[in-house]
Amino acid sequence: MDLLDILRTALTQALGPSAIVYALAAIGLNIHFGYTGLLNFGQAGFMAVSAYALAVTVVQADLPFWLGVVLALVAPVVLALLLGVPTLRLRADYLAIVTIAAAEILRLVFGAVETKDVFGGSNGLNGYSETYKGLNVYTKLGVGRDGLDLGVVQYSRDDLWNITVGWTLVALGCLFVWLLMRSPWGRVLRSIREDEDAVRSLGKNVFAYKMQALILGGVFGGLAGLFLALKQSSVVPSDYSSNITFYAYTALLLGGAARVLGPVVGAIIFWFLLTGLGELFSQLTSGTDPILPASIMDGTQASLVRFIVTGLALMLLMIFRPQGIFGDRREIAIDAR
Amino acid sequence: MPADLSAARAALATVATDPGARKPDPIIVGSGITRQFGGLKAVDVEHIEIQRGVITALIGPNGAGKTTLFNLLTGFDAPDTGDWSFNGRSLAKVSAYKVARLGMVRTFQLTKVLSKLTVIENMRLGATGQRGERFWSAPLRSLWSGQESEITAKADELLARFKLDAKREDFAGSLSGGQRKLLEMARALMVDPELIMLDEPMAGVNPALKQSLLGHVKSLRDEGRTVLFVEHDMDMVRDISDWVIVMAQGQIVAEGTPESVMADQRVIDAYLGAHHDTDLSELDEAALEAEVEAEIQAEQEDTP
Repeated sequence: MDLLDILRTALTQALGPSAIVYALAAIGLNIHFGYTGLLNFGQAGFMAVSAYALAVTVVQADLPFWLGVVLALVAPVVLALLLGVPTLRLRADYLAIVTIAAAEILRLVFGAVETKDVFGGSNGLNGYSETYKGLNVYTKLGVGRDGLDLGVVQYSRDDLWNITVGWTLVALGCLFVWLLMRSPWGRVLRSIREDEDAVRSLGKNVFAYKMQALILGGVFGGLAGLFLALKQSSVVPSDYSSNITFYAYTALLLGGAARVLGPVVGAIIFWFLLTGLGELFSQLTSGTDPILPASIMDGTQASLVRFIVTGLALMLLMIFRPQGIFGDRREIAIDAR
Repeated sequence: MPADLSAARAALATVATDPGARKPDPIIVGSGITRQFGGLKAVDVEHIEIQRGVITALIGPNGAGKTTLFNLLTGFDAPDTGDWSFNGRSLAKVSAYKVARLGMVRTFQLTKVLSKLTVIENMRLGATGQRGERFWSAPLRSLWSGQESEITAKADELLARFKLDAKREDFAGSLSGGQRKLLEMARALMVDPELIMLDEPMAGVNPALKQSLLGHVKSLRDEGRTVLFVEHDMDMVRDISDWVIVMAQGQIVAEGTPESVMADQRVIDAYLGAHHDTDLSELDEAALEAEVEAEIQAEQEDTP
């Protein structure tokens, strides 16, 4: 077992493209749930419509890449309007039910045999990301295919480009969220989370604000889907299952809801734990004479144990630090009253 | 303002004390308002008028439909029938937030402070027409910072008046029940309403704070606002209201000045029952029996 190797893998992953996908998705959920109190359980749906908007535009309709990107940002807006108009006037739980159902419907439709001609069935679509890869500044700088090895982290040339684009998006997103949430607009959102009738009684159009929040958070979900589609050069329906929504929620709660950097730090730590533990258990059980004998745990079990341990870590966090890493303990104390 | 007030009060002196009486200068006029919850007609108001510039109390036993009427008037609930207007503008099918913008702001029976916002943030939220509340101008601080400091100055003034300035930076959720009532009232004033509607402002408030709350409600009237409030506390009703409307079982049963209403037989009946002061032992048993028998007979004849 090589502990340094495990740490290196975990750190590379935690700062890598996968963590960026969760960070972007969690920034969106932070706007929905953290600031406005909207329970969106269908962030995967927002991600899927963006990814498929890009892929279908470029691959099936043979239209320019940049038009695909624009449509990928329009698609979550349309989805938010469709989901929000009937549900945002109702109690919060209706939005939760509708979003999770819509995300599942979208995933099944995208993966269905009947729609294979458009969405490519369960194999999905690929061959739309040449323009994106062509923009790779590291190719022009003459970085080799193997990319960069800093010792603590190691990225291929493609991944270097991915994380440059990805973290730039995350940084710009955080800046935008910070600017918005310090403004009176953000104050209205936080007030709606506390009590929407009180906000209504002060003459604010609560429905319009909730819709704006749903759209904005949905667009961040869309960015996550778009980035996922670009970084792995293929869009597969199984990538957009409800798991990804709940991983993003985990990242958000880990970092601390209603904090600008909460979802970002949460995503990094979540992905660090998950990949680090995965690597640890796989090394413990691999080889001819594994450290953990097969009678206790074999290789297939090892890949599942990481979820158990991550779950346990999360439980402990919720018990001993319910506000997350960045949260304010005083706020949680108010809930307990 | 005192001159206006005495004029308004004098005008009320000539008003008849029938349910639904016409007022000389009404700010709210409603008629035929009904609201049904399943089999229960919670509100069935034939006609209601609220005089401008005075304090009107809405009283009645539990379940009389006072809060429901409040919800209907402010757009938080929609009536089955009826029409009502505020300053002559019909409010039927107008949503709650628009009603508030027109200058008719309410508070709630169960106080609704925004717990995880500070007291000053609660106050700032109340200001209307904020440029920074628009999505596209929100990220650019220079567009709204000037207005924000004006709002803050106004909020600080109100906090000082309601003696909440020491709590400025505390979370509203850490305030006591009475302080929350004060905060809610102060926040409603940030909207600068013409009519302020208080739903049980005294519920759960300790006697010491009650006196200062009474003073605050009076000061609202003295600065020219109209106040309508729901209350169970009869001392408060007698002390500060200029006009009292009594509801029972969804209907307005009596109206008048506090003194006349307290003496009104219909009010006593509504609160205590029509036979409240009859001693049961003194009743003639034979007469009672005959009465009951006659009733049974009548019922039997009714059912075929």
